[in-house]
Amino acid sequence: MMPAAGVPRTGAPLAAHAEAAAGAAPYDVIRVRSDFPILQQKVHGKPLVYLDNAATSQKPRVVIEAISRYYETGNANIHRGVHYLSEHATEEHEAARKTVQQFLNARSPSEIIFVRGATEAINLVAQTYGRSRIGWGDEVLITGIEHHSNIVPWQMLCAEKGAALRVAPIDDNGDVLLDDFAALLGPRTKIAALTHVSNALGTVNPVRKMIEMAHQRNVPVLVDGAQAVPHLRVDMQNLGADFYVFSGHKVYGPTGIGVLYGKAELLDAMPPYQGGGDMILSVTFEKSTYNKIPYKFEAGTPDIAGAIGLGAALRYLSALGIERVAEHEHQLLEYATQSVSAIPELRVVGKAREKAGVLSFVLGSVHPHDIGTILDQDGIAIRTGHHCSQPVMRRFNIAATARASFALYNTREEIDALVRGIERVRRVFS
Amino acid sequence: MSDLRDLYQEVILEHSKAPRNFHEMPGADRKADGDNPLCGDHYTVYLHMEGDAIRDISFQGAGCAISKASASMMTQVLKGKTRAEAERLFDEFHRLVTGQGLPAEGADLGKLAVFSGVSEFPARVKCATLAWHTLHAALQGEAEAALPD
Repeated sequence: MMPAAGVPRTGAPLAAHAEAAAGAAPYDVIRVRSDFPILQQKVHGKPLVYLDNAATSQKPRVVIEAISRYYETGNANIHRGVHYLSEHATEEHEAARKTVQQFLNARSPSEIIFVRGATEAINLVAQTYGRSRIGWGDEVLITGIEHHSNIVPWQMLCAEKGAALRVAPIDDNGDVLLDDFAALLGPRTKIAALTHVSNALGTVNPVRKMIEMAHQRNVPVLVDGAQAVPHLRVDMQNLGADFYVFSGHKVYGPTGIGVLYGKAELLDAMPPYQGGGDMILSVTFEKSTYNKIPYKFEAGTPDIAGAIGLGAALRYLSALGIERVAEHEHQLLEYATQSVSAIPELRVVGKAREKAGVLSFVLGSVHPHDIGTILDQDGIAIRTGHHCSQPVMRRFNIAATARASFALYNTREEIDALVRGIERVRRVFS
Repeated sequence: MSDLRDLYQEVILEHSKAPRNFHEMPGADRKADGDNPLCGDHYTVYLHMEGDAIRDISFQGAGCAISKASASMMTQVLKGKTRAEAERLFDEFHRLVTGQGLPAEGADLGKLAVFSGVSEFPARVKCATLAWHTLHAALQGEAEAALPD
C-alpha cells in the first residue's frame, strides 16, 4: 500500500504543510486516489466514476482512521471529566478547532463554532443574530443563486418578524448582477447572505467585493462556503466576512459536523442558540449565565469524532495544497466543458465568469433523471434534479439539470467515461 | 447487472415522446396535482366521472421518460373503468414496479406489464407511480397527491 499523499496525523501547524506542498512534485492524482478506499470499487461491474462531489465528497483513509482511532482508543466526553481519556478527548476536539481556525485564517479559535453543517450554521445566525436584530419592515438580502439552505431560514425569520427578503438577480450566465446587488443594499438591509460558490451552476461569487460593498452600507455579511471550501483558498482576513459557514462532509470530512465562523465581537453580542449543558457557566432555577464563545453556542455533547475527522480532512487538504487542488480541478472543469461542447443538443447551464467544480447541463428533451439512471449503469455517479435550488432552475426555465461535480481525485479519463455515457444516453433516446 | 433495455422499453420511450391524453380538460369534475419533491416532476391528472365510472381522463405536466410514459399509458387503460377497478389496477401496478409479485388470480395489467423492469431500479419506482398516486388523490377528491416515503 502506498503511503498517504496527505500525511499529517495531528498537531503540526497547517502552514508547514502548505509550504511542503508548494515545493512538492507535480500533482499526482493516481497517488491521491489511492488515499480514498471507496474509489477502488466497482459499481454495476464498472469502475466507480464518482462525479457527485457537490452533494458529498468521499473520505480519505486518514479521516476514516482518525475517527476509528478516536473510538478505539480515545472516546470520552469532553470539557467535564478529570480523567485521562476525557482530558485527551478535549484536547483532540480543541485541536480540531485550532485546525479549522488556521484553515480559515480566523483570528482566534473562539471564532470557530462546531455545528452539524452549513444548514445549521445559517439557521443559528438567523435565529440568534437575525431574531435579535431584525424587525418589522427590515430587509434581508440574498442572491438569485442561493441553495435552499440560504433561503428558507431567512424566509422563516422574515415571516416571523414582518421583514422582507430581497433577492439580487442573476444574468443568463449565472453571474449575480452587482449593480442590482448594490442598489438593493438599502437603509433597512440588516444582513446580506451570499453563497461563495453556487452548487447548481458553479458560479464563484465575487464575495470579497460584495462584502466591501455591503460594509460600505454597514450591512454585515454571511457567506455560505459549503461549495467553496473544498475548491478555493478561503481566508477570513482577506475576505472580511462577518459570518462564514461550511459543512465537513463536502470537504472530505464526515457528515454531521460543520462550522460557523463569526467575528468575535458579533458572536459575543449574540444571544445563545440552544440551551443545555456546556453552554452555561452556572445554572439556578431562577437564572443561568452563559459560557463564553465558542461554547455559548455548543449546547450538549458535540460530535467529537466528527470534529476530529474534520480536522484530519482539513490537514489532508492543506498537505496536498489547496492551490494545487484548485488548479487540478480547474483543468478538469475546462476539459469537461470542452469535451461536452461537442455533444449535439447538450447545453451547459451556468457559464459564469469564474466557476468552480460544477458542470450542470441539459440534453435535448431527455429528462436529467433518465440521464442519471443510464450513467449509473456505467458506474458513473452524478446528481440529477433541482439541486435544492429550485429558484435557480426557474430562472433558467428548466425543472432540473444533470450535474457532474469534480473533486481532487477525479481524472480526465473519468470525464471521458462521462462523455461516452452521455453518448449512450443519446443512443437510447434517439 | 440490470438491463437498461428492460427499463427503457420501446413502448415506454414512444409514450414518453408522444404522450396520449396529454392536455388540460376544461370542465373536468375532478383534478389533482402530484409533485415528486426529489426531482421536481409535476403532473396534473384530470377526470370526468360518470357516476362511478371514469368517462374521460387526461394529464399535463413535466417529468422524466418513465413518469410521463406511465401517466400516458395509465390514461389509456383507465377510460371506462370504475373507481374500484382503477384502484385495483393501481395496487397491481404498484406490486409490479416494486417487485412484490402479482395476485394469484392473475393481473389485469395488460400492456402496463412493460413497466416490470422498473422493479430493478428502486430509485425510479416513484417516477412510475407518480401519476397513479395523483389519480388516487383525484378519485378521493383531494387536490394534492400524498407520496409515500
